[in-house]
Amino acid sequence: MISVQNLTKYYGTSLAVDNISFDIAKGTVVGFLGPNGAGKSTTVRIITCYLAPTSGTVQVDDNDVMTESLEVRKKIGYLPESAPLYYDMNVVDHIKFVQSMRLGSAVSNGHRIKEVIDICGLGDVVRKNVAELSKGYRQRLGLAQALVHDPEILILDEPTVGLDPNQIIEIRNLITELGKEKTIILCSHILPEVEATCGRVLIINEGKIVADGTPTELQSSFEGKGRIIIQAKNNLDQFIEKSTQIAGIERIVNTRIITENLKEIDFETIKGIDPREDIFKLCIENQTVLLEMKREETSLEDIFRQLTGKEQLQ
Amino acid sequence: MNQILVLAKKEFRSYFDSPVAYVVITLFLIIAGWQFSSTMFLNNTADLRSLFSITKFILLFFIPAVSMRLFSEEKRGGTLEILMTLPVKDWKLVLGKFLAAYALILVTLVLTGIHYISISSMGDPDFGASMGGYIGLALVVGVYLSIGIFTSSLTENQIIAFIMAFVIIFIFFMLDKLVFLMPGFLANILEFLSIDYHYNNISRGVIDSRNLIYYFSMIFMFLFLTVQVLESRKWK
Repeated sequence: MISVQNLTKYYGTSLAVDNISFDIAKGTVVGFLGPNGAGKSTTVRIITCYLAPTSGTVQVDDNDVMTESLEVRKKIGYLPESAPLYYDMNVVDHIKFVQSMRLGSAVSNGHRIKEVIDICGLGDVVRKNVAELSKGYRQRLGLAQALVHDPEILILDEPTVGLDPNQIIEIRNLITELGKEKTIILCSHILPEVEATCGRVLIINEGKIVADGTPTELQSSFEGKGRIIIQAKNNLDQFIEKSTQIAGIERIVNTRIITENLKEIDFETIKGIDPREDIFKLCIENQTVLLEMKREETSLEDIFRQLTGKEQLQ
Repeated sequence: MNQILVLAKKEFRSYFDSPVAYVVITLFLIIAGWQFSSTMFLNNTADLRSLFSITKFILLFFIPAVSMRLFSEEKRGGTLEILMTLPVKDWKLVLGKFLAAYALILVTLVLTGIHYISISSMGDPDFGASMGGYIGLALVVGVYLSIGIFTSSLTENQIIAFIMAFVIIFIFFMLDKLVFLMPGFLANILEFLSIDYHYNNISRGVIDSRNLIYYFSMIFMFLFLTVQVLESRKWK
């Protein structure tokens, strides 16, 4: 449905998007994940025909964004970053305006307007001016104007920035709901959001795609360095010394003193080996009291940090 | 076509939803009315000539004030991104905004018609000359506005858009007042480029195609440049 081939974008001399290619199938919800300035917004601005690529092609349903821009724009609903809106209009007029511009007719389709007001939960504020709306309602209105023509493709650039936790959940549920019928691109630097809503994740860093797959695929391919965190007391110095000899333990990342003889020890483990049993045995051997032991799996967050953080640059 | 009108309607309304329209209309009518009526009895003629020459001058300030927000505001607020990702051609957006601002100024000009009524009660003004004056003014407004919308597309700062528009309009306004300093061939060119030179012809009631071509090509050129500026975001 969306096909991006060798897309490159320079702003003057600075490179924003560096030769990326990917395809998005119809009906998938794709998360664009990346730190700020990674090139997510630039990429979606090219797909939505706001900017032109320096080189490479972008096609939406076989329509090229440069040569058949109007066709592409008809198919896409777009919520730009930070939901820009006309502050001097009221909610219903705003939706009407966008709809009329899309239809090319002053006569509006009231039925559809009512529908998007319902979908986006704007019922309480229809007559309010945009300037008076809270951030949450502005995001919803941004979403409503993107949905008003019932587009096949929905592109949302950081739709939950600045919202409170309840509003974030609401927007996420809404995206999941819409994702059942539509192709969605969701840009975000918030991992749980992408994890919760997207069937596929593209991690972008410094203009390049550094990972591509379902959240579980990414997790399993990057799994390896797991973590085991224990809380224990008694004979700890001895225990720590011996513990590094257990097969499967790579190193001790951190020891934290909780009370005088109670410590929290953070182990890094080698891929594929689960040393929990050995740790338990060592405790008994050493007469160390084990109060808590938990294993942490690589989360999408760790992968994200690995791929986009400074560690990778070194 | 309809997309142009939808946008024009929205822009026109937003002038009236903010204080812009009221301030512009009120101030304009006060200044024009005061200047006109204070000299009317000195001239002792029942015509609108002095009204028109004042209006031309006041518009020098008012039109950049009306046009400065058209694209600058959208650029600063980020709404340009919404507008330009709608399935609408760029020239339609430019034309829609141009028409909205044009309509606001025309409303203001129509309201100055009250002066025609008041002098009609005192004398016998020449209707044809007055109409000619108004038509000329409307064309001048078009040129001023197209320059204003052009500078508005260049910057996200409304003040800068205002100043640039004022300077460009002022240059075109002053051209024919400087010709006496110039050698002959240059004088002719400058005179032809001057907004006022063509206005003076029309306001005499002589509507020559040369004058119309001048106005329409000026308007077209600046609107065309505006479209180019908007499309420059798509330059590679």
